[in-house]
Amino acid sequence: MDFATLLQILDSTLRLATPLLLACLAGLFSERAGIFDIGLEGKMLMAAMASGAVAALTGSVWLGLLAGIGASLVLAAIHGIASITFRGNQLISGVALNFLSSGITVLVAQRMFGQGGRTPPLSGAARFNPIELPFAETLRAVPVIGPVYADVISGHSVLVYLALALVPLSWWVLYRTRFGLRLRAVGENPASVDTAGVSVAGLRFAAVAITGVLCGLAGAYMATALQAGFGREMTAGRGYIALAALIFAKWRPWSALWATLLFGFFQALALRPDVVEAVVRVKVPVPALDALPYVLTVLVLAGFVGKAIPPRAGGEPYVKER
Amino acid sequence: MDQMPRWADVVLVPLISLLLAAFVSALVLLAIGQSPVEAFNVMVDGALGSAYGWGYTLYYATSFMFTGLAVTVAFHAGLFNIGGEGQAQLGGLGVALVCLALPWPHWTLALVAASFGAALFGAAWAAIPAYLQARRGSHIVITTIMFNYIASALIVYMLVDVLRPAGQMDPATARFPAGTKLPTLNEIPGFNLFFQKTVPANVTLIIALLACWVIWLLLWRTRLGYQIRAFGKSEPAARYAGINPFRITMITMLISGGLAGLMSINNVMGEAERLLQNSAEGAGFIGIAVALMGRNHPLGVLLAAVLFGFLYQGGAELGLWTSIPIELRVVVQGLVILFTGALDHMVRMMLRWVFSFTTAKVA
Repeated sequence: MDFATLLQILDSTLRLATPLLLACLAGLFSERAGIFDIGLEGKMLMAAMASGAVAALTGSVWLGLLAGIGASLVLAAIHGIASITFRGNQLISGVALNFLSSGITVLVAQRMFGQGGRTPPLSGAARFNPIELPFAETLRAVPVIGPVYADVISGHSVLVYLALALVPLSWWVLYRTRFGLRLRAVGENPASVDTAGVSVAGLRFAAVAITGVLCGLAGAYMATALQAGFGREMTAGRGYIALAALIFAKWRPWSALWATLLFGFFQALALRPDVVEAVVRVKVPVPALDALPYVLTVLVLAGFVGKAIPPRAGGEPYVKER
Repeated sequence: MDQMPRWADVVLVPLISLLLAAFVSALVLLAIGQSPVEAFNVMVDGALGSAYGWGYTLYYATSFMFTGLAVTVAFHAGLFNIGGEGQAQLGGLGVALVCLALPWPHWTLALVAASFGAALFGAAWAAIPAYLQARRGSHIVITTIMFNYIASALIVYMLVDVLRPAGQMDPATARFPAGTKLPTLNEIPGFNLFFQKTVPANVTLIIALLACWVIWLLLWRTRLGYQIRAFGKSEPAARYAGINPFRITMITMLISGGLAGLMSINNVMGEAERLLQNSAEGAGFIGIAVALMGRNHPLGVLLAAVLFGFLYQGGAELGLWTSIPIELRVVVQGLVILFTGALDHMVRMMLRWVFSFTTAKVA
């Protein structure tokens, strides 16, 4: 593998890691507040459909983005009502919402566009287009750093940089603000937060809403930046991979960045059978490469996580009086 | 806290959840500009209006009984097995390997051997996530989902590169030999009075009914079943009582995976008579809805499986005769899981409130 190929793979790593990173941060807020969310997948899918549809109709990617966030927030609200207000099983609620979005996205897209459950292909202002970072071309001449800057770091859509910026922001919110402290406390020991006179349900709803916004960004990125339009089941398990990355990252923002970059790298490799074959020197069947990100996810969960301690009150509805 | 009569808990709660799911589905249909009443009529007509329709409804119900029982058994041990889909696909591989291995002289022999193969492969596919959960603490929900994706890639590989006969274009195995053909319901004395034309429902239905009974016996009449339920209710208490968590997790998931695998007898051996891609067609996931709707009781699973058989066959008819996409089935499935599984407390609260009036009058 030469340097240029490596740069190409790193470039697609960053592109493919972005939806995972956004979904992983989404899960981070929810789970840190004690609400498990298997439904990241469904929220992303719904947001992808909504943003693809609205961007296609209005020709504005920003309206599409808003629609995506809105659609994702609706699902987040249902999840919140089921698991916070009515103290339902959070895993089951998430699974239900995933099925719901899997079906409804096709129903709505088919009704609106009649193209077999897809949205029309997007172009121009209906898509998030690559941004050239300053001095990318002038610095290209600098050995190693120049090409890395020009080919890997520069030339992505604005959502990629937003996702990267959200990592320190999430860290700051969680560890340096009063809201973050309370949010983490409500995931560890909700009774103590309640005793301090802060609403457990309010905090958890806030966390679930943040999850909704971030999943909306992830889904909109899928349909308007990574690809040009929504296709059925286009998230292809990314919501679940993001959950695995979250466990791998032990529910911490910076680790979430490294974990999702790793999973993005796996996905980038799966797209380049020629490179994989050149490195391992054996003919690799295509299905094996398709399965690679999932197999590696299992391996990571099985072997390399070490001791991952989830938030202590995760998955448990809070009952005020026992 | 207000108490509800037991019959209300067993009958009314699932019934109301179902009605709520149906109501929201009707709203969805209205929103996409379709008539819910007309859709319902098409579904009832196509799924229950004829012996032919019933033949399909019961065929789907047979698969759903197996996958529903698979989820039920795991639920009782506090394990959420979302991997039924992958386990069923692997079960299909087991069936195909057994059926293609020998020129089977009679279907009874082939059935016994293929059932063994299906259960073995399904159980093996569940064993890895079970082991990882029990020994390494990997979350079984995520690992079983990952194994669904891995299973479908594995099946594609097996069908394209290994099992596909030379000269065949589509990725599938060869047809199974004639000796493996299972009798359909119209070929079984007694059933043939009702089913006069060929239907896909086959002798596997009887095995599925037997499986419901056996799982009931297992869960409520054996020591192992008691241990499974105790482990599911409270792991520390079960541990204190000398129940080995590793052993129970493994055994439960092996049974669960085996049941999901057994479903392939119905579709792969009984209907398609060769292994195709995506053979389970989502039945593994339907098992979750069936188990929740059936309140994790084999009798409930049986009834819920027939209900989802109706939904599936009715949904297929909708796809044929109307412009409603077949994905409506997935929407209804999601709504049923939402209302029976996650919003269960909401329905109970409503009912308790209603019953608080009646008890007040009696007192």
